[in-house]
Amino acid sequence: MQNDTLVEIEDAVFGYGERPVLKGINLTAKRGQVVAIMGSSGCGKTTLLRLIGGQVKAGQGTVRVAGESLGELDRAGLYRLRRKMGMLFQFGALFTDMSVFDNVAFQLREHTDLPEDAIRDLVLMKLHAVGLRGAADLMPSELSGGMARRVALARAIALDPALVMYDEPFAGLDPISLGVTGNLIRRLTDTLGLTSLVVTHDVQESLKIVDYVYFVSEGVIVAEGSAEEIRASDLPYVHQFVHGEADGPVPFHYPAPSYADDLQLGGQGA
Amino acid sequence: MLRQAIERLGNRTIQGVWRIGYASRFFVAMLLHSGTAFRRFGLTIREMYFSGVLSLIIILVSGLFVGMVLGLQGYETLQRYGSESALGTLVALSLVRELGPVLAGLLFASRAGSAITAEIGLMKATEQLSAMEMMAVDPIARVVAPRFWAGVISMPLLAALFSAMGIFGGYLVGVRLIGVDEGSFWSQMQGAVDFEQDILNGVIKSAVFGVAVTTIALFEGYDAPPTAEGVSRATTRTVVTSSLAVLALDFILTAFMFRGLN
Repeated sequence: MQNDTLVEIEDAVFGYGERPVLKGINLTAKRGQVVAIMGSSGCGKTTLLRLIGGQVKAGQGTVRVAGESLGELDRAGLYRLRRKMGMLFQFGALFTDMSVFDNVAFQLREHTDLPEDAIRDLVLMKLHAVGLRGAADLMPSELSGGMARRVALARAIALDPALVMYDEPFAGLDPISLGVTGNLIRRLTDTLGLTSLVVTHDVQESLKIVDYVYFVSEGVIVAEGSAEEIRASDLPYVHQFVHGEADGPVPFHYPAPSYADDLQLGGQGA
Repeated sequence: MLRQAIERLGNRTIQGVWRIGYASRFFVAMLLHSGTAFRRFGLTIREMYFSGVLSLIIILVSGLFVGMVLGLQGYETLQRYGSESALGTLVALSLVRELGPVLAGLLFASRAGSAITAEIGLMKATEQLSAMEMMAVDPIARVVAPRFWAGVISMPLLAALFSAMGIFGGYLVGVRLIGVDEGSFWSQMQGAVDFEQDILNGVIKSAVFGVAVTTIALFEGYDAPPTAEGVSRATTRTVVTSSLAVLALDFILTAFMFRGLN
């Protein structure tokens, strides 16, 4: 059971300055699973990823990845652990001064002493896996948004990590790229034996590929379950989110004084 | 009213001091993580190309014009005292001691410093630095330190080229155009310019300017808010702050270096 779990978060609390973002999160991801973290914009999803990547430290609670507690690691330990993680940033975050090939080769060159022809083979294999072997010589500025994200995915899996995190992998993609990206995440997870953590608010696309879903709202997990359970859920928040309703537990209106008062209608209003 | 003004002043002071502290920590971290910049010197050479070689045109052309103006102005003044044969000395000393390092420093700040800030700032805004961190590569070691050492190495070379070009410009105007005696132009220059007092001090100055300009440029980029506005403000701040730093440091260094002379 313990060996089965790759990421384990217990009662994690975190805030920027005095503004609390995460207020006690519990989450586990098992090996070989695609786990989605959903929630509306600004609910702390990305912060959760930064917590798992060790870019920020939890104020309270523990975050364990591959059995190691992030809070207790020093810098060298954290960097060692990060070699087992890949991260796909929202817009790819490719190095703009390097070609597609050099981007994917980056970690191999930084962290291994492999000869250049071995690196070439590995890079072409990773690029082939995302369907972009033919784009190896292009510069990031010559790629479309969807292609850039696939290159970033190839770069994230360059060192065969145990865990890959995706920050909004579906944002701003056309329907074809959307399907391609979703399938890639599922396929790479299965064939490479990864664990994937997908932060997203794209319900329909992600429910097709995920094993388990966590819903985050205002810094806490409000619902969790398998894709079927989430689809069938009658929790008001989940229902509103999955069906994209404008009003519900998450109100359409930002908190404001009463409309009539604001327009200074006095007693004349309805 | 008064209370608010005092609060604002206090707030700004605290922020200013905090920023200086942050910049100092950044500087120390940069020095501590300089190993990569030397172990993989190719990274540093690449940056020397971007901040040094690509600055050559502006440095050489400016140097030539400054030297030519020095030739004209210097001759105009010196011939009043009948000592136009000292034109070579005047041109060379002004350039090697002051104008070479200072003007090259100012040009370097606006040509290379602004580019460094904009590049680092945009790398941060597009999450390239975060991505590097997540790939277990320290951006300070991989991105910042090579640019720092490239600037520190390039700056004295650029200043030397500026001075050489300026002396050539002074020669063109003084000797070729106006007709000052060529022999006295060069021999007086050789006799008057001291290697340690003049040339070496000029090199030290330009190296110090290199440290100041690149540190400011790198820090402003690294600290820039990750937005278009943030990066543009940081770029402006780099040019303003590093130009002022060059001029202020020049005064301090000159005061120390040439104290015993005369």
